Amino acid sequence: MSAKFLQLIGLAVCIVAIQICTQMTDSSYYLTQLTMTAYYSLLVIGLCMLIGYAGQISLGHAGFFAIGGYMSAFLTTHDFTAIKGEPFVAFLSKIGVLVVRKDVYGGELLAFHSWPACILSVCTVLIVAYVIGGPVLKLKGHYLAMATLGFGIIIYRIVVGTSGLGAADGISGVPGFTLFPGVVISGKGSGRILNYYIAWGVVIAGMTFLLNLISSRVGRALSAIHGAEDAAEAMGIPTANYKLKVFVLSAGFAAVAGILLTHFNGSIGPSEASVMKSVRYVAIVAIGGMTSLWGAVFMSLILNYFSLRGSFGTYDDAVFGVILVLIMLFAPDGLIRRQILIDLKYFFRRFAKKEAAL
Amino acid sequence: MKFVRILSAIMFMVVLSVSPVLAAKDTVKIGALLAVTGPASFLGAPEARSLEMLVAGINKKGGLQGKQIQLIIKDTGASTEKAVSFAKQLIEEEKVLAIIGPSTSGETMGIKKLAEEGKTILLSCAAAEAIVNPVGKYVFKTPQKDSDAVIKILDQIKKMKLTKIGILSSNSGFGNAGKGQIEKLASGHGFTIVSNEVYDKAANDLTGEVTKVKASGAEVIINWSIEPAQAIVIKNARQIGFAGPIFQSHGFGNIKYVEAAGAAAEGVMFPAGRLLVADVLPKNHIQKAVLTSYKNDYESKFKPDAASTFGGHAYDAMLILTDAIKKANSLDKEKVRTAIEGLKGVVGTGGVFNFSATDHNGLNVDAFEMLTVKNGKFALLEQKVEKKAAPKKKK
Amino acid sequence: MELLFQYIVAGVTYGTIYAIVAIGFNIIYNTTGIINFAQGEFVMLGGMTAFTLKEYMPLPLAIVSAVIITMIIGALIEMLFIRWLHKPSVLRMIIITIGLSILIRETALHIWGEGVTALPYFTGTSLSSVNLGGVFVSPQVFWAVGISSVVVVLLGVFFNFTLLGKQMRACSANREAARLCGISTQNMVTLSFMLSAAIGALGGCIVSPITYIQYDSGSQLAIKGFTVAILGGLGNSTAAVAAAMILGILESFSIWALPAAYKDVVSIAIMLIILFLKPSGLFGNAASARLKEY
Repeated sequence: MSAKFLQLIGLAVCIVAIQICTQMTDSSYYLTQLTMTAYYSLLVIGLCMLIGYAGQISLGHAGFFAIGGYMSAFLTTHDFTAIKGEPFVAFLSKIGVLVVRKDVYGGELLAFHSWPACILSVCTVLIVAYVIGGPVLKLKGHYLAMATLGFGIIIYRIVVGTSGLGAADGISGVPGFTLFPGVVISGKGSGRILNYYIAWGVVIAGMTFLLNLISSRVGRALSAIHGAEDAAEAMGIPTANYKLKVFVLSAGFAAVAGILLTHFNGSIGPSEASVMKSVRYVAIVAIGGMTSLWGAVFMSLILNYFSLRGSFGTYDDAVFGVILVLIMLFAPDGLIRRQILIDLKYFFRRFAKKEAAL
Repeated sequence: MKFVRILSAIMFMVVLSVSPVLAAKDTVKIGALLAVTGPASFLGAPEARSLEMLVAGINKKGGLQGKQIQLIIKDTGASTEKAVSFAKQLIEEEKVLAIIGPSTSGETMGIKKLAEEGKTILLSCAAAEAIVNPVGKYVFKTPQKDSDAVIKILDQIKKMKLTKIGILSSNSGFGNAGKGQIEKLASGHGFTIVSNEVYDKAANDLTGEVTKVKASGAEVIINWSIEPAQAIVIKNARQIGFAGPIFQSHGFGNIKYVEAAGAAAEGVMFPAGRLLVADVLPKNHIQKAVLTSYKNDYESKFKPDAASTFGGHAYDAMLILTDAIKKANSLDKEKVRTAIEGLKGVVGTGGVFNFSATDHNGLNVDAFEMLTVKNGKFALLEQKVEKKAAPKKKK
Repeated sequence: MELLFQYIVAGVTYGTIYAIVAIGFNIIYNTTGIINFAQGEFVMLGGMTAFTLKEYMPLPLAIVSAVIITMIIGALIEMLFIRWLHKPSVLRMIIITIGLSILIRETALHIWGEGVTALPYFTGTSLSSVNLGGVFVSPQVFWAVGISSVVVVLLGVFFNFTLLGKQMRACSANREAARLCGISTQNMVTLSFMLSAAIGALGGCIVSPITYIQYDSGSQLAIKGFTVAILGGLGNSTAAVAAAMILGILESFSIWALPAAYKDVVSIAIMLIILFLKPSGLFGNAASARLKEY
């Protein structure tokens, strides 16, 4: 208990330390990418919970991210002025769900306030996850991978094919997310430090929740499922129920990440829904050690940060490919552990033996 | 124990990230956001090559205002979130004078506001008209307007005395924008749109789609896409026996698409900048010198890659920027921006640019020429002096 | 009426492309229980290599060489990345093959660039088509259907009547038992990778004139290949061909009713429904399905 608490404090200290460092060296522009990284990390820890603790792979998590982001972007940018007279719309604007705001060029538009848009988007994602989670999680192995991959592709196709969602161009001009009056999630240079703390605050909150979940009854049940599903079932653990709950939970994490990042960037494009994105998230979880939330956060921080800064140049995807292959070959339990030397030894011994045989 | 390791690694990263940026004082920084890889690499890759080539040339001649150009190309992979991240990096961190790109309309729309807020010149290489309409103070674009391309095509169809149009377009930003323009412009001028099909930009075979268009009684097919799939449209249309004229958009301006379509590409008509027919332009044409020099430089340097109009957009952007800097005689963002708005008669690969405070594209319908494919090569549709085209090389 | 047949022809063209990829999946799945997510990349490699080679040699020779080269690459991949793993979990194999597919794709991008390539039509040009009573068919479609049929028949003969084929089937039925009978299961796995790489590459060469091949064509085809393989029931090549034809024709007719951009949504939704309702596939046997885990 206390160790967990200390770790979280440690993360918070690191985050503050990074900010102070950048402040002192007058390079607070680094915070922009660190903020974006935080939102991706939120998705990654949710996915880590699903893959590492419930033992279910998902190759479609970018889909949940995209549903959340796109829906929030659509609701806050779509102009409802044309149907202002409809009783329902009038009612919504009366209770403050729809608000009039200025767009980039000074025109006025009647659109959703960011809070109701966010709540609606998260609820939609949870429902979608619940509905498809039921049948999908009955599958195992390749079939599970294929089904989640299929789900991701369907979302991508819908996003690219629907002109209301901007088709291949995506949605731009998304306003900031007004959390409280004065506290806005947006990419404006003036709110950079605030946004950095909001983003990492959300991640720490997510981590606290998940860490507590793991050490609770649910967490123990999940590790039983991961170890031996049939045995867990025989012990009276409602395995299907637990798996579904974790699936929905991780989809919720992805949705929140998608919504907040979209408001931070001010735009979202179909690339956020692509299969490659889903694969990246799985890659990060894998490198972090599958069953390590801390590993996932750490690897997400490094890889997303450098990717968003363009450090990998034209080899961005290739880097993730190499990492996936190498990690899965030599260290399927992740990088942050000792076993790796023994695996390497095993590998070279096999090769030596073969050569000797020739 | 594990935690200490993680902590130390994070600290290591902090040290990495705050290490001072090495910046030489006597350079001028110009950023470029191009989709060198990913689904729009057919745009970004030639753009990046053209820019590198042009900048190397300028630097060899002494640079701009006595300073060497430091070109920072960032590969966005055609994803909006990366474009946003990189744009912020270029504006706030590198403090570039101008950004060239992005290659796609979606990315450009995503960072339009950032350029405005950051007061940094953005010279987009993407086609959508929304980029410069409404006009953003700092945002310009070099590709020709979709609406002008459509006008050129419709004029040609009118000349052929045909009225029934079948539209095919891909589900990309480019295809979507063109489709909208055709719908808007065709209806007012006595044309009827008998079918309107959208296909996937990564399609393998489009027999089904063209069959539907043919069955609708279309006399002409207009296909609007920029992806390789447009080669399939032509092949499939001819295979199912569609004999009418086929028009393509200015996205057809890459000889690889003609090669991929083979014999079916013969006679396809499309509006394009004059780069593709640089060899056959009359000697006294105003663009002749620019076009042949770009084409020859590019093709000798990046053999066997042929110059495409896409690379030309980035080339033009750089050309406009250097002209504006010369005119402003300064490297100040504001002065250069004002200078761009005052540029007249800049001869680029895409046409002759005439900017103003309200026109941040600077091209009109004359930037286009109707081209066609003859013997596997691009040719002018209406060439007064009919030249004997060289026989196709047998491989 | 002619229109109806024209759609069916379009569907058969799609179907043939999908079938070739799906057969490649099934071969590897049968001997190893692995779904090779990099299968689409073999198709791309075949098409790209043949295009490069045809500059230096006649087309048939270029195709044969491309198939052989891809086969060697397939074998190398198996030996380097699969062979020495000790009882890998399914999750691990999925991730490794996905990683390989990304790697091959990115390598291809840096070797061949972003341009599109298309081999010339085997007979005639892109203009020629055969008129069957108002229905137009490109001769390349006949080539594609013909060669795929020959491949399916040859595979059937190979697996049922040759010793090597029987050994490979034994591996798929029970790997331990096969090993105890003196079959080198490891070599069988390598062989299955070579075979499926070769079929993929051949497929790439056949469809290259119909469509085009680009560095990232592979994943697109792979997804369709999976869909078809699952529809037919994993591991069953004949059923995969039938499923490919059904899906191809369905897709071609879906253009009538739906915006074409949603074509893929239709096919993948069908796959999901099949997975949920009858994971053994359209033609799967319910009794034998009960013995398997999905």
